[in-house]
Amino acid sequence: MCLAIPAKIVELYPEDQALVEVAGVRRHVNIGLLQEEQPAAGDWVLVHVGFAMSKISEEQAQDQIRVLKMLGEQDAAEEEARNYGLNDS
Amino acid sequence: MTAALPKISFRDPQIEMAHGAGGKASRRLIDGLIAPLLCGPLTEPLGDAAHIDLNGTRIAITADSFVVQPLRFPGGSIGELAVNGTVNDLAVSGARAQALLVTYVLEAGLATSVLEAEIRAMADAAARAGVVIAGGDTKVVENGKADRMYITTAGIGAPIPGLALSAASVRPGDKILLSGPIGDHGITVLLARGELDFEAELCSDTRSVLPLVEALAEAAGPAIRWMRDPTRGGVATSLNELARDCKLSVALIEERIPVRDVVRGACELLGLDPLHIANEGQFLAVVAEDHAEAALQALRNTPGGDDAAIIGEIREQPAATVLGVAGYGGTRVIDMLVGDPLPRIC
Amino acid sequence: MKFVDEFREPEVIAKASAEIQRLADPNRHYRLMEVCGGHTHAIYRFGLKDLLPPNVELVHGPGCPVCVLPMGRIDDALSIAAQGNVIFAAFGDMMRVPGANGSPLQHKARGMDIRIVYSPSDALRLAVQNPEKHVMFFAIGFETTAPSTALTLMRAKKDGIKNFLVFSNHVTIIPAIRAILDSPDMRIDAFIGPGHVSTVIGCRPYEWIAKNEGRPIVVSGFEPVDVLQAIVMLLRQLDKGDAKVENQYTRVVPWEGNRAALKAIGEVFELRPYFEWRGMGFISQSALSIRPAYAEWDAEKRFQVPGVRVTDPKAAQCGEVLKGVLKPAQCKLFGKECTPEHPIGALMVSSEGSCAAYYNFEYRKAAALAGTPS
Repeated sequence: MCLAIPAKIVELYPEDQALVEVAGVRRHVNIGLLQEEQPAAGDWVLVHVGFAMSKISEEQAQDQIRVLKMLGEQDAAEEEARNYGLNDS
Repeated sequence: MTAALPKISFRDPQIEMAHGAGGKASRRLIDGLIAPLLCGPLTEPLGDAAHIDLNGTRIAITADSFVVQPLRFPGGSIGELAVNGTVNDLAVSGARAQALLVTYVLEAGLATSVLEAEIRAMADAAARAGVVIAGGDTKVVENGKADRMYITTAGIGAPIPGLALSAASVRPGDKILLSGPIGDHGITVLLARGELDFEAELCSDTRSVLPLVEALAEAAGPAIRWMRDPTRGGVATSLNELARDCKLSVALIEERIPVRDVVRGACELLGLDPLHIANEGQFLAVVAEDHAEAALQALRNTPGGDDAAIIGEIREQPAATVLGVAGYGGTRVIDMLVGDPLPRIC
Repeated sequence: MKFVDEFREPEVIAKASAEIQRLADPNRHYRLMEVCGGHTHAIYRFGLKDLLPPNVELVHGPGCPVCVLPMGRIDDALSIAAQGNVIFAAFGDMMRVPGANGSPLQHKARGMDIRIVYSPSDALRLAVQNPEKHVMFFAIGFETTAPSTALTLMRAKKDGIKNFLVFSNHVTIIPAIRAILDSPDMRIDAFIGPGHVSTVIGCRPYEWIAKNEGRPIVVSGFEPVDVLQAIVMLLRQLDKGDAKVENQYTRVVPWEGNRAALKAIGEVFELRPYFEWRGMGFISQSALSIRPAYAEWDAEKRFQVPGVRVTDPKAAQCGEVLKGVLKPAQCKLFGKECTPEHPIGALMVSSEGSCAAYYNFEYRKAAALAGTPS
């Protein structure tokens, strides 16, 4: 139930179809579940059993990685602040 | 005097596709039925080819059958597989193929143009591989049998001097070399069948690996412990056979395994693992640590070996197991499959 | 691969993993259940357990639609296919699942026309290409997959493709989670929520888990970074004594779900009053059947279905493993009578079944390192 892969829309076709590509592999998928989001060529979508389930937000993805990369730095900063007596612990 | 009765442990009531897939079911059939009755008690594990003594001369012999749908696919066809496959079996057993015999089982109704195309493909492949086709046989069966064409090739060759290959000679610390990217052939054929409706720019990797094996032999000779060509069942199956035969651990560094992006993409989409996918133009070699770099360079300096890589090493533990090690420290056991890899959605 | 490689980067994994080590209270034992079989597979495939401290335990849940299918349903479907002139189309996941007289692949070896499809739309195409036969699509999956089956049925109806049938085994995730929480043997501290199911149902349906049952739940993606980040978020909640629904998989999961997908499910499917889940008994309102408006495409209405009920061998403990009460290796049949080569239950066949995942990815590692024969 869970195998779904990010793919890029290459071209839209009539009747809710789109050609998508993942690392050079192409397939026609059904984008009928995404009509409210008006998918366009260049958008990235999550594909499961030949149907696009959701649009992928590049912004959210980058945010997430950024937050995670900062892990540890935040703690180090807090540790430093504590050592200077700047925070009540 | 009574001879020991052969031990038949194969209990399946019928033969299924899984028994031909090169994985665990194939092993059970060979180990449990075929080998005990045909070969008697084995002193050594079965390899890709047999080196036998013919009146004082060592020769190498092998045979293989080729069954593929569709017959033609990007990068090759059944004819080329039939030539290269047998040349490669001999090569990784440490022998230079000299002559092949070919048998055709043809389905009545097969278009002559299709047969001619395959015969030409075999002639070309044989010329490129430097082997002579010395003879063969042809049979025709009724329409509906033989999936248009089955080909068997048997090959005979001379051992390459300086090589002494055996799983028993493998030691902890030895390195595992791979000649190039994996998964190209199996994914090409899967897509060429057209049932899954995917398209990709990808070709089969079918080729003779003899030039690469010869370059390796020259650079590392006696330091090469073991070789195998990972056909059906993929790298995972070949290395599991190694691990089982040498009773040591095969540790694979996942990031070092060469895989084309497009093969990776197809595998992710279908839920397949490139390590289980068939290759027709690659081989694995275990080389003693002190010769591994030189061996790698020899491969990389040979045409067709640009993507060769050291993908892992032999360790003591976990014994008889292939372990995948990721750069971030996660590990997983890499096992043989039961039968053919199947696309999944879960 | 974009949106995949970034979430497998060693540097980011290391940070998430270090944070887990830092957060885990050494005086506490955390039991986190990943509901979805896809997470079980990911955890083993990426070796994520190697990165967790010993007091953070992952318990495998029942979210494997192949695993929870009672054996009788496969026999029912095969009996329809045996009625002649039927092409049985299913996902690859189903092909090795044993029925009473063999798996679909074994039936194929005996001559039945059985085809693997990647998409229900491929099965519909088979029907168009083979007008003289019936094509029966064996539909499985949770809410992730049901909308695709629904859209395919809507298309079949619209185009008047009468030789296409669906045998529906779609199940819903909330009753499964409820069964876990209701089970007296269970003690789960928090849940890793199913990321792809949630692209359809959103995050609201999990609110009762936090509010009424006091357990945190974080909806998670499937890459190593996703799962580890979800665990970080769960540990943070548990350490503070919080119980909230959170979304880790924000790049893909909308809080409100996918309205078009829910609409499609509602158009084509209705809830069965009850459905049998392997090893878990009958659960009410937990599965989808096809509405009367689509009866012509419902395999169960068009064909005589024997309604086979096959009981598992008494020694097989599929149910307890599905609920996370037992670990796979604790089942008496594990690794002996039940292996991927001759599976007793679907947990050993499905690539996301916890027994198969453990057997394929972990078992021999543990046995070999312990010096015990496997």
